[in-house]
Amino acid sequence: MISALLVMVGISVLLGAVLGYSAIRFKVEGNPLVEKIDAVLPQTQCGQCGYPGCKPYAEAIAKGEADINLCPPGGEEGIRKLAELLGVEYKPFGEGVAPRGKAVAFIDEQICIGCTLCLQACPVDAIAGAAKQMHTIIASECTGCELCVAPCPVDCISMVPMPENIQTWKWPYPVYALTPAPTAQQETSIA
Amino acid sequence: MRELSRFHGGIHPAEHKLESSEAPSRRAPLPARLILPLHQHIGNGARVEVQVGARVLKGQLLASAQGTISAPIHAPTSGTVIAIEPHAVPHPSALSGLCIHLVPDGEDRWIAHSPLDYRALPKAELLDRLRDAGIVGLGGAAFPTHVKYRLTPGQRIQTLVINGAECEPWITTDDRLMRERAAEIVGGIEVLRHLVEPAEGLVGIEDNKPQAIAAMRAACAGSDIEVVVVPTLYPSGGEKQLIKILTGKEVPSGGRPTNIGVACSNVATAYAIQRYVGHGEPLLTRLVTVTGHVRTPQNIEVLIGTPLEDLVRLAEPLPGVTGYVIGGPMMGQHVSTLQAPVVKATNCIIVKSAQLFPPPAPVMPCIRCARCAQVCPADLQPQELHWFAKARDFGKTQEYDLFDCIECGACAYVCPSHIPLVQYYRFAKSEIWQREQEQQAAEIARERHEYRLFRLEREKQEKAERLAQKEKAAVTAKAATPAPASAPAAAGADLDDTLQMRIDAAVARAKEQAAAAQPKNIDTLTPQQQAEVAAVEARRAKFTELASSSGADDEPPKQ
Repeated sequence: MISALLVMVGISVLLGAVLGYSAIRFKVEGNPLVEKIDAVLPQTQCGQCGYPGCKPYAEAIAKGEADINLCPPGGEEGIRKLAELLGVEYKPFGEGVAPRGKAVAFIDEQICIGCTLCLQACPVDAIAGAAKQMHTIIASECTGCELCVAPCPVDCISMVPMPENIQTWKWPYPVYALTPAPTAQQETSIA
Repeated sequence: MRELSRFHGGIHPAEHKLESSEAPSRRAPLPARLILPLHQHIGNGARVEVQVGARVLKGQLLASAQGTISAPIHAPTSGTVIAIEPHAVPHPSALSGLCIHLVPDGEDRWIAHSPLDYRALPKAELLDRLRDAGIVGLGGAAFPTHVKYRLTPGQRIQTLVINGAECEPWITTDDRLMRERAAEIVGGIEVLRHLVEPAEGLVGIEDNKPQAIAAMRAACAGSDIEVVVVPTLYPSGGEKQLIKILTGKEVPSGGRPTNIGVACSNVATAYAIQRYVGHGEPLLTRLVTVTGHVRTPQNIEVLIGTPLEDLVRLAEPLPGVTGYVIGGPMMGQHVSTLQAPVVKATNCIIVKSAQLFPPPAPVMPCIRCARCAQVCPADLQPQELHWFAKARDFGKTQEYDLFDCIECGACAYVCPSHIPLVQYYRFAKSEIWQREQEQQAAEIARERHEYRLFRLEREKQEKAERLAQKEKAAVTAKAATPAPASAPAAAGADLDDTLQMRIDAAVARAKEQAAAAQPKNIDTLTPQQQAEVAAVEARRAKFTELASSSGADDEPPKQ
């Protein structure tokens, strides 16, 4: 009786020690869910979700503070991916929140006064310029977040939609009406 | 006799080759205008090297290769560059692409050019020369030839396969080329053999082209290039399929033929190489089959950049045209406008009529008969790919090896429900490519954003450190000399920092003085006076206490 108890106690102490050790040894730094959510988000860093960037939004989703339908640049596809990742229901965009087509910022260099305010606003450092020097957008790096538009004191920044060209063109989804084939009777009547 | 393998599946569509294969090829007259798209194949477009208004000679460089997978473009004849602007190009999107517009002067004057002694050149340089001559694969995809033959160190080529199968219905350019110019094709094959030194060189030709086989056999006599006759079966002219037939080896999924020691080129590419090596001519012309609903179906040697309408007119279209297809009926693209030019990849134009190409039968639901799986030359499961593409389940399509699909159209050809299967695969492929690009862009944006945050944090820290150091320096300087000597120490610092520091220093000085101040004239007071002072001090202390406890804005209590 005593030996059986000792054996059970011994096993539980041993397993507890192993579990305790591995909890320290293999501790996961940070929340892996945040990384996964962040990987789905489009990284425009636009703040349209109400959080200062994609990572904070991912953290808020992981904590359950934010909804999954707040990211217009991610589109419907993004919501579907988030829903799948988190095992929740798909949720359409709310009123007035709709994805827009991809656009890049454009600085009218005739008007630009070189104030550097847009440089400070750009989350991905996609504007080149210096104080009292003309600024310009590095179009290939621009995520189209529109954060530079508001700070400009002379309103020289506009968003230019990206036109479709041969390199970005996609094959359309084939759409065909399923029309019933003529029946044998109809065929003979035509013939 | 070589033992041949066979690839999985395959179909026998009506050939329609005799219409155009019997007339000798002819040269097209100079068109009034040439349109040269800068982007003619996958990879990077070419970079313009001329200006509008420039007079150019035949063979002069108009646009140079940029990046690895790229090929330059040359002036097909002498003339004037009148514009560099978007124009219709042969592309299924019907979008415009940037083109160089050239008006020929009619003189057809060549730039200085001479044959090349390729055996004296290092191989890397020969490849560079082939790139500079703008030579691309003329079988249909126009993949730059120099990229194909640039081997990684240690890579060996056992078999060089020259593709003369031409399995697609209606097209006869390779047939005519082999019949008429076999000797020059063999010359080009010798250049390729010199480049990769294969153990064997094979020319695969389908058995429906007996005259081409005879001509190639005669031209190869005396060399150890073997002309192999392969049974007619669509798509035996596919690169991977022909390699399988001739060598029995299968190109691995996602791999290139060079992975299994095979290099493959089209006969027309070999001909283009010989034109360059033997005559110094870059790729300026190509043979195009014009067939279908026309009075004289034929092969026409045409300058690259010739508008399609000029070409079609030469074959005299009959009344009742319903449309045009570039390439063959199986893999070709419908073109919306004949203003688009001939590009390096254009091998055929089919003029459609209601009799030759009746409107497609109505699409019916998939009944899972799996006939498509029986004929798929890539040994895929087309019906599964169709379901997944239709449901936009792109992950699954990739699991089912969508990217091994060569879009040959055999599945759609046999489908009893007439489902346009290939369109689903193309849709899925372009969606997946776009997603990959977006993913890459997001990755770059994330990196840039994180670096920016790191940079801002670092700048803040550096500023704080600088400030702390200055304060320390100021304190030590003050300890050494009690006078306000902190100004020279901060001479190099920016204005904000100096100002803040001065204010701090002034506040500190005031506090020190207040603490050090001693009441004067109190040592010679009478006891009565001392008692009064003590009473005043006590009252003051009481007021201070009251003020601090009742708040600063209250009136001090009256006594």
